[in-house]
Amino acid sequence: MVELIEAVIRGLGRGSVYALLALGFVIIFKATRVISFAQPAFMLAGVVMVTYLVGPLGFWGALAVATILTGLLALGVERTAVRPMVGRPAFVVAIITLGVDIVVRVIVNAFIGINVRQVGDPWGLSTFNLGAVSVEKRHVAVLVVAALLVAGLFAYFRYTRMGLAMRAASYDQETALAQGVSVGSVFAVSWAMAGGLAAVAGTFAATGESVDGLMWLIALTALPVIILGGLDSLAGAVIGGLIVGVLQEIVASYQSSMPWLGGNVSIITPYVVMLLVLLIRPYGLFGTREVERV
Amino acid sequence: MISRSRIGRPLLYTSYGSDMGLFNTLSKKVSVALLILVALALPLILEDKWLSLLAICCVAAIGAIGLGLVTGYAGQVSLGHAFFLGIGAYTSAVISGDPDRRLLGLGITEVLIWLPAAGLVALLAGVLVAPLAARLRGLYLAIVTLGLVFIGQHIFGEWDALTGGTGQGRPPAKLELFGYDLSATDSAGSRDQKLFWVMALLLIVFALAARNIARSKVGRAFNAIRDRDIAAGVIGVNLARYKTVAFAISSFYAGCAGALLYTIIGWIEPSAFSLLLSVQYIAMVLIGGAGTISGAIAGAFFITLLPTLTRMLQPLIPFVSAEQTRIPNIFQVETILYGALIIAFLIFEPRGLFGLWIRVRTYWKTWPFSY
Repeated sequence: MVELIEAVIRGLGRGSVYALLALGFVIIFKATRVISFAQPAFMLAGVVMVTYLVGPLGFWGALAVATILTGLLALGVERTAVRPMVGRPAFVVAIITLGVDIVVRVIVNAFIGINVRQVGDPWGLSTFNLGAVSVEKRHVAVLVVAALLVAGLFAYFRYTRMGLAMRAASYDQETALAQGVSVGSVFAVSWAMAGGLAAVAGTFAATGESVDGLMWLIALTALPVIILGGLDSLAGAVIGGLIVGVLQEIVASYQSSMPWLGGNVSIITPYVVMLLVLLIRPYGLFGTREVERV
Repeated sequence: MISRSRIGRPLLYTSYGSDMGLFNTLSKKVSVALLILVALALPLILEDKWLSLLAICCVAAIGAIGLGLVTGYAGQVSLGHAFFLGIGAYTSAVISGDPDRRLLGLGITEVLIWLPAAGLVALLAGVLVAPLAARLRGLYLAIVTLGLVFIGQHIFGEWDALTGGTGQGRPPAKLELFGYDLSATDSAGSRDQKLFWVMALLLIVFALAARNIARSKVGRAFNAIRDRDIAAGVIGVNLARYKTVAFAISSFYAGCAGALLYTIIGWIEPSAFSLLLSVQYIAMVLIGGAGTISGAIAGAFFITLLPTLTRMLQPLIPFVSAEQTRIPNIFQVETILYGALIIAFLIFEPRGLFGLWIRVRTYWKTWPFSY
C-alpha cells in the first residue's frame, strides 16, 4: 500500500510536468489549430538556459529569466517560420514545427556538451516523511508550481482582455478579427506562453537529475496526454497529464512483476493508453467533437 | 500528326485515354526511357561505393512512394512509416535467418518468398491500424502513428529472440534468387553492381505499380479523400474502405523497402526504427513533392544522398569540423540541414523538387516571355 501511495505521489509530480507541457500544446492548438512539434526543443532550450544562468542568478531567478527568454525564442520562431504559413493546411505547419524542433534541438545539444549540467534546484533528491510514506520534496514543489501556474492561466483567460481575445480567436478567427481582435498578437502570445510553460516544465523535469539531450522524449509524452484529454481542452490537458503521470509511475513500480512486457514498459504506457482511449472516444476525454460543413 | 503537334504542349490532351495514360505526355515517356537506360548503364561507369549508395536510394524511393500514396495522394498523415519498415525488415530476416542460431529463423533465403512475405506482414499491421485511422483525422492521426513508432521501438528493443536486442542487432535477409546469390561478387559483376541492378529494377516495378494505382479508380478515390473527405463520402467514396486500402498499400511498400534496405546495409539494429527515420521519409515525400510518384523518387534520392553531399562539401566550409567532438561539426550541420530544408521547401516551394521542375518547364515553355 505504501508503495502504491508513493508511486501515486511520484506520478503526480511527473504528471504536473506533463500537464504544463500539454497546456503549451493546447494553447497553441486553440489559437492556431496546429500542433507544435517544436515544444520539445523549447523545453530543452529552457532547461539549458537555466543550467547556465543558475550560477549568477540562483534557481528561481534563473527559472524566471529562462522562461522569458524561451518565450521570446518561441515568439521568434512563430514570426519567422509559422506566420508565413497562415491559411495553409495544419499538417504542413505541423511538419514545419517538426523541422524547427530538429534545428533548435541540435543547437541546444551543442550547448549541453559533454559535461554534466544540472539545474541547481534547492531540493535535489531529499525527502520528508508523511507517516510511513516518504515523499520527495521536488515532486511536491512541481505540483505546487503547476497548480499556481494553472490557476494563473485560467484566471488570465477568464478575466483579462487578452485572455478574452484569445478565447474569441479560438472560436472563430475571422469573426474575432471583425470584432477588432488582433489575431496576430493572439498567435504571438500563445506561442510565447507555450514556450515559457515548456521551459518551466523542463526545469522541473530535470530537478534532482542531470540534463541530457534525451529529455526531449519527456515533452513528446505530452502528445498522448493532449490526445487523451482532447486537443482543445485546457482542463483536459491538466487532468490528462496527471492521469498519464500517475499511470506511468504505477506501471514503473510494478513492471518487475510482469517481466514478459520487457523492461522500461512504463515509457510506452502513455501511447498504449492513448490508443485504447481513442478506440472508444475519438476526440479524447474532454475534446469537442468537430462539426464540419462541406 | 497528333503526337507531333503535342511536342512542347505537355498539357494538351486530345483524348480521355491519353489523359489517363500511364505516361500521359511524350516527354514523360522519353525521359523515363532515358532514365532507365542511364540506370542500366551506371554500374559499368561508377565506383562500387557510389553504386551501393544509389541502391540504397532506390530502396528508399520504394518506401517513399509508399508513404507518398498514403500521405501525398490520400492525405492521411502517417508518422509511423519507421514501424512498418521495421516489421518488413524483421519479417524478411526471420524467414531467411539461420534456423540453428540463437535468433529466430526459418532458413528460406529465396527472395521471391521473403520479399512478398515482408510486404504482406507489414500490410497486415497496416490493416490493423486502419480502423483507428478511419476514425481519426489530421493531427490526431499523426500523433497516433507517432505512438506506433514508440510502441514498435519498445517491442523491437525488448524482443531479443527476434531482433538480437538493442545495441546487438541481427543479420538481415539473404538476397538469393532460385539459389543464385545476388549479393555476392562473381563473374557476372561485383556485389554492388548486382545490388544496384536488382534494386533499380524493383524500383521500376514498384513505381509503375504505384503510378497505376494512382491513375485508377482507387487513386481518384484517394485524391477525393485528400481534397475533402466529407465531400468524398457524400459522392459515394467508401471512406473506411479506401483509408484502409491506402494504409495497406503504403505498409506493403514500407515492408518491402525495409526488407530490401537492410540487405544492402548488412545489419539490422533495432534502435534504427525511430521517429527520426519516419521524419526522413516524411521529408522525402514533402521535399520531393507530395502527390507525385516522380517527386517521391526524387526526394528519396535527395535525402539519402544529402549526408554524403554535405560531407563532400565540408572542406569548403572551414569553420565546420569533421570531428564529432568539435562544435560545430559536420554531423550537426547535416541534421540542421534536414530541418532547414523541410522548413524552406514548405514555405517557399510547397510543391517540392517537382515544383522546381514545373517552374523550369514553364519558363522554357513561355520563353522569351516571363508569363
